[in-house]
Amino acid sequence: MIERIPELVNDDPAIVRWGRDMNETFMVEVGERQYLLTVRAGRVESVATGPFVMRPWRFAIRASEASWERFWRKVPEPGWHDLFALLRRGDVAFEGDQRVLIAYLMYLKLVLAAPRRLAA
Amino acid sequence: MSARIEPVIGRYAHLELEGRSHRLYFEEAGQGIPLLCLHTAGSDGRQYRAVLNDPEITKHYRVVAFDMPWHGKSSPPAGWEREEYRLTAEAYASLVMAVARGLGLARPVVMGCSIGGRIVLHLALAHAPALRALIGLQSAAFVERYYDAAWLNHAEVHGGQACGAIAYGLMAPVSPDPHRWETVWHYMQGGPGVFTGDLFFYQGASDLRERLDGIDTGVCPLYMLTGEYDYSASPKDTQAAAARIRGAKVTIMKGLGHFPMSENPEAFLAYLRPVLDEIRATSESSHGGVP
Repeated sequence: MIERIPELVNDDPAIVRWGRDMNETFMVEVGERQYLLTVRAGRVESVATGPFVMRPWRFAIRASEASWERFWRKVPEPGWHDLFALLRRGDVAFEGDQRVLIAYLMYLKLVLAAPRRLAA
Repeated sequence: MSARIEPVIGRYAHLELEGRSHRLYFEEAGQGIPLLCLHTAGSDGRQYRAVLNDPEITKHYRVVAFDMPWHGKSSPPAGWEREEYRLTAEAYASLVMAVARGLGLARPVVMGCSIGGRIVLHLALAHAPALRALIGLQSAAFVERYYDAAWLNHAEVHGGQACGAIAYGLMAPVSPDPHRWETVWHYMQGGPGVFTGDLFFYQGASDLRERLDGIDTGVCPLYMLTGEYDYSASPKDTQAAAARIRGAKVTIMKGLGHFPMSENPEAFLAYLRPVLDEIRATSESSHGGVP
């Protein structure tokens, strides 16, 4: 799912506009799998797949594979429908620079929910 | 073509609150039993636009929605630039009662959402005889702090965008986009630090868990309506509170989140109208039909 994010985001101006000032690399963990997403002016320029041994990132968003699976359903159930819903459950961890994460929270929520469009 | 004009009227009221002068904005529509509506943290009375515009309701109710001080079109009091806004239970409860008195709302029904859903529990404890009924939307006795709200009022974060992003997730994904994004917009328009100042009351300062058994729904009926997608005041939180209040009537609302009246007005009205009908029927039988 994460690999598909560039195509889902970059052609959608309704998402890109919320990240237009963002130029950062951040990590997403889906269970054991690590991804580094690099954003340039709201476009997801690259998705690198781990494992990584020496790579910097601004912040990391980590959740189990099962949590992401429920989060990415077409119509997610209550409690799995938003990053902060996962946070409230204790199912996601936000690490690193919290200021940048909160500053781009709307963008990040839309980017990470974009794979729902691929759900059956 | 002439514009379609709503029956809603907006005006300003001057009130003395905690020794300071305030100019409060309020909207109203309808005639009958007063129904005073309380918006959520960091937002304003526009959340009740559909209730104010519902002829089924305004036929029997005088619906009033005001903007709290610091919110919407109610400016902060003079001297605000020297202080940090922080809502307290005492200030909030006395604000609601002062607005009711000031606007001549005799034994109103008070309906509040989120922080408003919390304050109706305070009102149930302290002012029940003066109130006809209470409706708590997304009502919980306590909400744990699960994120650091200080980031919502930080010079290096766009507060409007951050507050909007917080509000966005609290809604049901199935609520209609135009209403969801209008709800977000209200949040994006909040003044700096206002949402955070409201959350001071909501996430911590007001904990009613040990006081709920003091609520007497025989004096003032209490209805609690909670949207299933809310993870701030979740159905579980509402049910936990209701379990300790004898006579509290709980409805879990399908396909709604933390802002039912604003995120999906039609779905919400279908839940609200029967509650208001019941309140009207009960108060007519016990008060000789005089609203």
